[in-house]
Amino acid sequence: MNSVESRQDTVVPKDGGKDSRLRQVRLPATLRYAMLLAALLGLWQIYVTFVGQISLPGPLDVAGALSEGWSGGRLAAATWMTLGTLALGMLIGAMIAVLLTVFAAWTRIGADLLALLTLTLYSVPAIALLPLLILWFDTSPTSLVVVTVCSVTLPTAINLSAGLKSVNPTIMLVGQNLGLRGWGMFSAVLLPAALPHAISGLRAGWASGWRTVIAAGLVFGVAGGGPTFFTNDAGDFLLAPELLAGLLAIAFAGVLVEATFRLLERGTVVQWGMKVGRE
Amino acid sequence: MFDADGREGMQSQYPLLSMEAVRIGYGSHDKTNPAVEDVSFEVWAGEKVMLLGPSGCGKSTLLKAIAGFIRPDGGVVSFAGREDLRPGPDRAVVFQESDQLFPWRTVMDNVAYPLRVMGWGRDESEEKAGWYLKMTSLEDAAYHFPHQLSGGMKQRTAIARALALDPLVLLMDEPFARLDAQTRNRLHGELNEIVLRTHMTVVFVTRSLQEALILGDRVVVLRRAPARVKDVVDVSGVTDPDSERFVCSRRQLRKLLADEIDGGRSL
Repeated sequence: MNSVESRQDTVVPKDGGKDSRLRQVRLPATLRYAMLLAALLGLWQIYVTFVGQISLPGPLDVAGALSEGWSGGRLAAATWMTLGTLALGMLIGAMIAVLLTVFAAWTRIGADLLALLTLTLYSVPAIALLPLLILWFDTSPTSLVVVTVCSVTLPTAINLSAGLKSVNPTIMLVGQNLGLRGWGMFSAVLLPAALPHAISGLRAGWASGWRTVIAAGLVFGVAGGGPTFFTNDAGDFLLAPELLAGLLAIAFAGVLVEATFRLLERGTVVQWGMKVGRE
Repeated sequence: MFDADGREGMQSQYPLLSMEAVRIGYGSHDKTNPAVEDVSFEVWAGEKVMLLGPSGCGKSTLLKAIAGFIRPDGGVVSFAGREDLRPGPDRAVVFQESDQLFPWRTVMDNVAYPLRVMGWGRDESEEKAGWYLKMTSLEDAAYHFPHQLSGGMKQRTAIARALALDPLVLLMDEPFARLDAQTRNRLHGELNEIVLRTHMTVVFVTRSLQEALILGDRVVVLRRAPARVKDVVDVSGVTDPDSERFVCSRRQLRKLLADEIDGGRSL
């Protein structure tokens, strides 16, 4: 009964009523999260009020710094710029990944190349490339785009390639039966069939790309290192509220991108029944 | 019978499909251990030919060779005058698996998209797809995605997709084997009706005597692997399960098949 009535829970079929107590709270997920967040903020404020705030500013101070930075345009501009850099890097990375995977699927040398890259480069964090990139491109946004490309390409290619290998053989026979060959077969059958894997790959790529970009801003002061640039400046002047506001901006951007991924999945693989939707 | 009237002229001289001493080794390395050994039969335009045999006897392998998915290692598969067969929509295949539809396309798109691949315009393909969806009574499900359909509806979509290609022959690989008995019976009736209307030539792989009798004009009975033709039985006009002819033909087929299955056990 409960699972029928609580609409947001019907999307998650696997917990099989284990948490029936929790299900009795019939509130939308976003509202529950907001309430939890408010409670945590309240605890924070209480701590600051009663214990003191020498090194830890209260949430109100941080909110002040956040709104100041945001309305002043500096924090907002930095955040959007970082996200833009990341989007460009991911786009280029995804395209290279598709080319690499096609090459790997069709030629022996391509398959060897992908295997070799996986073997050697997968354990090298993209941030380790940054000194080299700074040497070539200076501390310009180009360095960030390139470093994002580097961190996105390999996870996407590996996932996509695994996805292509797991495409069910019947659907490939259907494609052949329709007379599809080569690129037509790839774009009309294989790519959509491997899309759930491809999206997972992009997601993994985004996560490491985002970490790399933040680290680049923090450690190397690379221009366009977004909200970190803001925190970096603030760090120089030891402004705790600004530092925390910068962190919040990073979290906010992360939530935004994650929501975009969910939206993308809901419009594609979830709608097609190729992946179970999540709350 | 009705199903011959449209293609009388084509029927007169050459069969649409002929298999001559076809031999297929399974797997690329083990050609010495064939799945199909010396199979010969013919299919004439407008005919419904059933390939009946014990499971694992190489029936599906034969069908794959006709579809052009695999090349025979010996003998000749000749279809509409061609011998070098590549896969193509003139031999539309309906598979057993229920995941033969494109999950990312709606029912309508699953039927219409192949037509666009063949060079039809968007509107024309949708119109034609709509017509075949109506024929398979799927018009209400046209904008559903495959995962929202029942097994029977999925197979009907696959049949609609195959028919919309205007193939010269419909190749069916145990398409109803995984459906429940009730749905299967209904689809048998629907398929017979559709084939009657479209004068479609059908080559149908099955393990079920009942299915072979209800749907077929002729039944090619295959020996257990490696497949060889054991006998060809004419069952045209035998569709009513209660009729005496049906019972007789059924007994005949069962006897032919039983030898093969018992033989397989004693091995």
